[in-house]
Amino acid sequence: MAITMTKGQAGLTGNSAIAYAMKQINPDVCPAYPITPSTAVIEEFASYVADGAVSTELITVESEHSAMSACIGAAAAGARVMTATSSQGLALMWEMLYIASGMRLPIILTDVNRALSAPINIHCDHSDSMGARDSGWIQLYSETVQEAYDNLIQAVRIAEDESVQLPVMVCLDGFITSHAIENITLLSDEEVQGFVGEYNAKTTLLDTDHPVTMGAMSLPENYIDFKFQQSQAIARSRETVLKVAEDFGKRFGRKYGLFETYRLEDADIAIVILNSAAGTTKVAVDELRKKGLKVGVLRPRLFRPFPFKELAEALKDKKAIAVLDRADSMNGFGGPVFNEIRSALYDAEKRPKVVSRIYGLGGRDYKVKDAIAVFDELKAIAETGRVETLQKYITL
Amino acid sequence: MATLKELSKQNELLTGGHRLCSGCGIPPIVRLVLRAANGPVVATTATGCLEVGTTIYPYTAWRIPWIHSAFENAAATISGIETAYKALKKKGKLPGGDKDIKFIAFGGDGGTYDIGLQALSGALERGHNFLYVCYDNGAYMNTGIQRSSATPFFSNTTTSPAGDVIPGKQEWRKDLTRIVAAHNIPYAAQASPHNWADLSKKAEKALKIQGPTFMNVMSPCPLGWYTKPEDSIKWAKLSVDTCYWPLYEVEDGILKITYRPKEKKPLEEWLKPQGRFKHLLKPENRNLLDKFQARVDLEWQRLLDLDGKRI
Repeated sequence: MAITMTKGQAGLTGNSAIAYAMKQINPDVCPAYPITPSTAVIEEFASYVADGAVSTELITVESEHSAMSACIGAAAAGARVMTATSSQGLALMWEMLYIASGMRLPIILTDVNRALSAPINIHCDHSDSMGARDSGWIQLYSETVQEAYDNLIQAVRIAEDESVQLPVMVCLDGFITSHAIENITLLSDEEVQGFVGEYNAKTTLLDTDHPVTMGAMSLPENYIDFKFQQSQAIARSRETVLKVAEDFGKRFGRKYGLFETYRLEDADIAIVILNSAAGTTKVAVDELRKKGLKVGVLRPRLFRPFPFKELAEALKDKKAIAVLDRADSMNGFGGPVFNEIRSALYDAEKRPKVVSRIYGLGGRDYKVKDAIAVFDELKAIAETGRVETLQKYITL
Repeated sequence: MATLKELSKQNELLTGGHRLCSGCGIPPIVRLVLRAANGPVVATTATGCLEVGTTIYPYTAWRIPWIHSAFENAAATISGIETAYKALKKKGKLPGGDKDIKFIAFGGDGGTYDIGLQALSGALERGHNFLYVCYDNGAYMNTGIQRSSATPFFSNTTTSPAGDVIPGKQEWRKDLTRIVAAHNIPYAAQASPHNWADLSKKAEKALKIQGPTFMNVMSPCPLGWYTKPEDSIKWAKLSVDTCYWPLYEVEDGILKITYRPKEKKPLEEWLKPQGRFKHLLKPENRNLLDKFQARVDLEWQRLLDLDGKRI
């Protein structure tokens, strides 16, 4: 299904919006392999290629491992490169994710979040992208179709920024966001092209007059120095994310930051939660606020690099916080987001109580009543100053 | 085709001073193939001896653009590079202007017969314009001589040791060249570095053809074969003269043997000097030797039956 439209409102699924953003970005190369629930991104993009709506070369590879390998080859050859995947696909790419970031290649990947096997399950949770959180990729999470579309367009600028030169992963919730139709505002092709600009790689394999060796072996004399530089680059990208978001906001009116807060400022208790479930939590907040409860939400947008200072600043005065993870680190110290948020708050003067709740694995519904139940617990913690259960599963 | 004298005057695209072992078959193979490109060339290499031995940072032996990313994906990596070339050429964005670039992927038998087979098969099916060169030294030599699916019958490796009960590798090797040819690509060939003229001719032919082409090249390994470095080329020749490693090509579906030994040598002559087959020379293992010889004879006969035919 190819969508023809100009700037304006459109009812689109998350997958269609991603495919449409890719069409507007018009990357040079797109190596792709289908996997539920991200398949429609590739299908729709393939129809843009077949209809001549883009000049992209599509490589329909035989696996996600080869998809990321071909992304690496193409990016090293100076192409602007994009792909999309989910779940097992991202897991199969895992080896290559580290190589893409280690070689400082500005590849853009959409991860339509889906649970990892076993048991096999095609529905949403964040175990796939959380498994890749230390791979050196910048990770942007998206609550809505609109944000996924906007994030993908911004990702190009972030990745290709001279001070960054790193791959970016844009995450949105499988089925919940990827397959639900939402009314969104699209930019025109010219606006997108104007925003992302032309890509001219500085070093490329195709410059045969100036041969370069890429991917050399590095022994203890150098390896840690490369990794240090990479670590500095991803740390720098925090500023780039803000700079790009600011320009995006100026041009198109939609504002983005490192995270979103919802009625958080004067809240005593708060839930920290990623992606679409933040929307559900906001509804719960509105209901409880009507009853006079001071509750709020913090939704991280940038998870890598982890903006720990700003997050701690936003949360330090709360009495009790629940961090809801849609991924478990299987008997680690709570879910991955919890672990880092709680750690970020360690240096706060009045340390808030922070608990871990694992929810919604494999697409289990997370409803307004589930959020309200968590707020009820937080209320008790705030009142008593006592935590009965530090970590547990909810939505069981 | 260039004469040996002319070839020797060309610039080396893989310089000396790299860290591959003396007597290793890989450098002469790579140098001959790169010379056959005769123009701009970009290469990738699977993880393995060639990659490790030529690029320990901050040194490189490559005078051409070169990339290594992982073990199993040389064919997928070259797919990406070649596609980027197509995309950027179309947009008039090639650095240094429009030019015809050749794309070559190198991999060992581990990276090609085993872990890289899927990526290779995918790239062949998709029809990218590249040459894949497998240097087949018959085991995972870089990690210390572990058996691969290219390892010869009864070979003693560190994971198929010649023990008291099991005398080395029990399985016949995978016939990768025929598997590749079954993808109906325009050109697939077997070669050996002792026959530089045959190897160069095949590489030149492969690089001129549009579409995926493949060369499987016998690569002696003194370390894993337990042979003397100075004899490597001799043992490469004997692998061909015993018909263990026949030289042939499959061009547009027609199989052609490109070298027929005047006198087919007994397999034992090739096995004898190699430490990896030492156990086969014990009198009690005569039956294994006979079995090995019988299989070589059978495979050679199969090839003779196909010579000149469409396969």
